Amino acid sequence: MIRAALLVLGLCAAALPALAQTRQVLPARPGMPITNRPEPDEQIVAGLSRDNIGITTSFDGSQILIYGAIKREAPQPDGQKLAVIVTLEGPLGPVTIRRKSREFGIWVNTASVGVAAAPSYYAVATSGPMEDILSRRTDIQQRISIPLAMRAFSGPITVEDSIPFTEAMVDIRKQQGLYKMESGGVHIVDDTLFRADFALPANLIEGDYKTRIFLLRGGKLVDKYQSAIEVRKVGLERWLYSLAHENAPLYGLLSLALAVFAGWAAAAIFRFVR
Amino acid sequence: MQIYLPIAEVSVNIFTLLGLGGIVGLLSGLFGVGGGFLITPLLFFIGIPPSVAVATGANQVVASSVSGVLAQLKRKAVDIPMGLVLLVGGLLGSASGIYVFNLLTALGQIDLAVQLCYVVFLGLIGLLMLQEGIRTLQKQRKGGGARKKRVQHTWVHKLPFKFKFRASGLYISVIPPLLVGTLVGILAAIMGVGGGFIMVPAMIYLLNMPTKVVIGTSLFQILFVSAFTTLMHAITNQTVDVMLALLLIVGGVIGAQIGSRLGARLKAEQLRILLALLVIIVAGKLGLDLVLHPANLYSIASGGE
Repeated sequence: MIRAALLVLGLCAAALPALAQTRQVLPARPGMPITNRPEPDEQIVAGLSRDNIGITTSFDGSQILIYGAIKREAPQPDGQKLAVIVTLEGPLGPVTIRRKSREFGIWVNTASVGVAAAPSYYAVATSGPMEDILSRRTDIQQRISIPLAMRAFSGPITVEDSIPFTEAMVDIRKQQGLYKMESGGVHIVDDTLFRADFALPANLIEGDYKTRIFLLRGGKLVDKYQSAIEVRKVGLERWLYSLAHENAPLYGLLSLALAVFAGWAAAAIFRFVR
Repeated sequence: MQIYLPIAEVSVNIFTLLGLGGIVGLLSGLFGVGGGFLITPLLFFIGIPPSVAVATGANQVVASSVSGVLAQLKRKAVDIPMGLVLLVGGLLGSASGIYVFNLLTALGQIDLAVQLCYVVFLGLIGLLMLQEGIRTLQKQRKGGGARKKRVQHTWVHKLPFKFKFRASGLYISVIPPLLVGTLVGILAAIMGVGGGFIMVPAMIYLLNMPTKVVIGTSLFQILFVSAFTTLMHAITNQTVDVMLALLLIVGGVIGAQIGSRLGARLKAEQLRILLALLVIIVAGKLGLDLVLHPANLYSIASGGE
């Protein structure tokens, strides 16, 4: 009985984020964000300092500058202050979050929650405190703040409360520099020009990094801009990675040959030196 | 200077890796062990994903055992038939070890299993070695003392399929070496080690092999088992990072040469006690991690359930 209740609870929890996601693709209706409207009063014109990043052998993180201007046909509306939020999101991937508990005197992983898709990297830069410039509703619709960046759960939910798990995951990734929230990271000049700097960490995974720019007034979305930065391994990195995945036996033999040669050469060289 | 590792997908300082390889090489030169039991936990510690650390550790063991075997072959200190029997067991063990490894990874218990293996085996062997070393030292102080007869007749000698191992001067069943080989193969695959620190005591105490052929024969077996383990990991999981392995090997061979010169100045018993203490420290640290309240109860792993 309790188990059945838990199952229902779990299903609800699993369905919630999915629900929020599907709402986004519904056709525009009154009250919805005006992204689908052809010509908003204010429009974003933006650029990226670079549209691709190559991971080379000496790759040690990278800087990305996202900049732009706000195009207006009419004078600025009064009252509500203008705000800009810029997000940068790495490729999505499944993640398993595990919790330890004490069993027979030692700490063992006993509970786990699977997230079907969580970004490998997610940074949010805002022009002001998030709670002042973004309404909860817009946040949920556009999935802007870090906790909303995670997508649906995967597999059956076996724990009573999954929130501590996802919170722990965000904390761990924040410590690793993979999730970042920079309040005040977007600089706006004269309510027209804006820029945001992102420092990408060295432990980057390849894929398309989606960048989104949100123009907001009074917590509501005025315009949205999307682009992507391609992050790819290049040169030797590309070659080794492809070989390891596409021709694993050959790669394995290559690693062995290298090890055998190094072992033999080391012995030979030191014998010669002596 | 940072280097981005293509398979591990992390960026690490080159000198950290060379130094790590160097320290492990130094120890292996000093004590005559592969050093796999140290390198895998140290790789975990600098942030290499466990599956990559284990697979790449096996590749590094290949390099260090090649130079070892070459030196031992020259001294005619390798019992090749015995090595082949141990090898057959080792390959069986390694194949099942990889299966267990993948199963435990899927269950989320691989870290625990690896840690438990380390604590139990390292702790046990460290204590045995320490006891043995202290006993030898005491004996030397007393001066001489009658040596124990090496060949003892136990249940081992009643098993069928007997075979003559000339280099070892043994006439025993192939079953015990086969079992020893299998156990070492399983552990090698799970722990990412060569298994020398388990096989050497097993060969001396269980199989009664003479000490002079033990190291060469165990290196011979380890070479092929770790080569097989590397291949299996490369094919089934794509977790061998050749760039990481190469840096560790370069550091390792340099360290090994320095270590073997340093080792020539120390007494064998002193070395054995030092190694025993080192092994006990590693086991103790890992054991404490299991028992003490972890800093973070949660951990994350990429990939679904």
